[in-house]
Amino acid sequence: MTEESTTPAIVLEKVSKRFGRKVVLDELDLTVAKGESLVVLGKSGTGKSVLLKHLIGLLEPDSGKVLIDGEDLWSLSEEERGKRRRKFGMSFQEGALFDSMTVGENIAFPLQRHTKMSKDEVAARVAECLDLVKLPGAESKKTSELSGGMRRRVGFARAIALTPQILLFDEPTTGLDPITTDVITKLILAMRDKLNPTAVTITHDLKVAFTIADRVALLRDGRIVMDLPPKEFEAVDDPHVKAFVAGDSSFEDPEETTLR
Amino acid sequence: MKRFLEALGGFVLTLLETSGRFFILTGQTIRGFLKPPYEIGLWAKQFVRVGIDSVPVVLTTALFTGGVLALQTYKGFERFHAEGYVGSVVALSMLRELAPVLTGLMVAGRAGSAMAAELGSMRVTEQIDALVSLATDPVKYLFVPRVVAATLVLPMLVILADAVGMMGGYLVAVNLLGANPVQYEINSFQYLAMEDFTSGFIKAGVFGALIALIGCQQGFDTRGGAEGVGRATTSAVVMGSLAVLVADFFLTKVLF
Repeated sequence: MTEESTTPAIVLEKVSKRFGRKVVLDELDLTVAKGESLVVLGKSGTGKSVLLKHLIGLLEPDSGKVLIDGEDLWSLSEEERGKRRRKFGMSFQEGALFDSMTVGENIAFPLQRHTKMSKDEVAARVAECLDLVKLPGAESKKTSELSGGMRRRVGFARAIALTPQILLFDEPTTGLDPITTDVITKLILAMRDKLNPTAVTITHDLKVAFTIADRVALLRDGRIVMDLPPKEFEAVDDPHVKAFVAGDSSFEDPEETTLR
Repeated sequence: MKRFLEALGGFVLTLLETSGRFFILTGQTIRGFLKPPYEIGLWAKQFVRVGIDSVPVVLTTALFTGGVLALQTYKGFERFHAEGYVGSVVALSMLRELAPVLTGLMVAGRAGSAMAAELGSMRVTEQIDALVSLATDPVKYLFVPRVVAATLVLPMLVILADAVGMMGGYLVAVNLLGANPVQYEINSFQYLAMEDFTSGFIKAGVFGALIALIGCQQGFDTRGGAEGVGRATTSAVVMGSLAVLVADFFLTKVLF
């Protein structure tokens, strides 16, 4: 973790969000320093994705503040908020690639819309991004030809095309085999080394979490209940954390686990 | 009783929410349209999809509608020896009413549903979220090209439908019913005013905007996976068709 500036990259202040009667985030507080890699753990359905979508302004909190580099995202106009989003690169669960476009067009999309690069410069940058995710020469492939792991790698490439300061990963390894998971984990580490971004990853894969994290947080009942460096997180003496690490459901509310 | 009132209240709330949402998104579409940059490439692509690809369906519909109209009116008019006016009736009803409305219904079924299905799948596979995360306004990127294309292209389709519908009437009257070709042609144009043509032309533009806005909105607000996409597609066709028919009445009443 580097301390370039004292303003944290991301601050959530008492953020609450409910859908209908279900409270998903409950006065949640969270701070991520510049250049830090935070991993948020939590069971399925605890609102991890909702949390991530609040960071980039895809969802508006019912109450509370989202500060990006000290700026309140929701006090800005929609247009200004759009500009702030260029600081972010987000990788979605299944890649969320535009299926009407080829791999190359997907990665070129943000470059064509937000930069004045020439065609050659865009092509060069696309090739560079594909190189970084270890898919050189895949420009003309259709997105329907890609495997799950490849889709995510293309998603990474698109997310880093504009060299964002903040990277968000939504379940980067869910549903992948162990070897592909390892490839993706190494890729995330390589991207961190190369770009040195602030990174927030949500996952329920502990191995991934402990490999890429500077800090690990546990989301439960709409709040961050534990927030520690990976080594300490693994060793902490808390029933819920232990249950999560050991994969033991006996600490959970039985109604919640069976009736969801 | 309480249940009934709750259900009624729920229905009213949904109705208000949907129409409110429709006006908000319409406003955003207009704003997105007015604000540069104008993405002509995207518009052109939709122009082809909504317009050119609809030509065969629209022409077939118009040809047979013109034909059946000639058949039916001939049967009726024959009873009081007014067969000579079949051409005028076909021309008037095609231009004023049938060409714009049937073109609208066909495009609602073809293009409105496709818009809902496409945007709906984009929503459930997080592609719309991905657009936003790439600092792109999804309404400007997805709605504006479709609405612009449909608004411009529907009147053009109607011109084709007018011509082909009248031709269908001519073919049936002259070849099947033995009408005098010269007399038929004269009668077709004799009682037409410019207003008959422009009224259909303007109506078609409004229909195009409505169909595209409804199709896009239904797709954009899709919830709940593949089933949701199916629902969105169905309601895009149903609501789009109803909007065409209702708007048709009021436009005819108020404007012409």
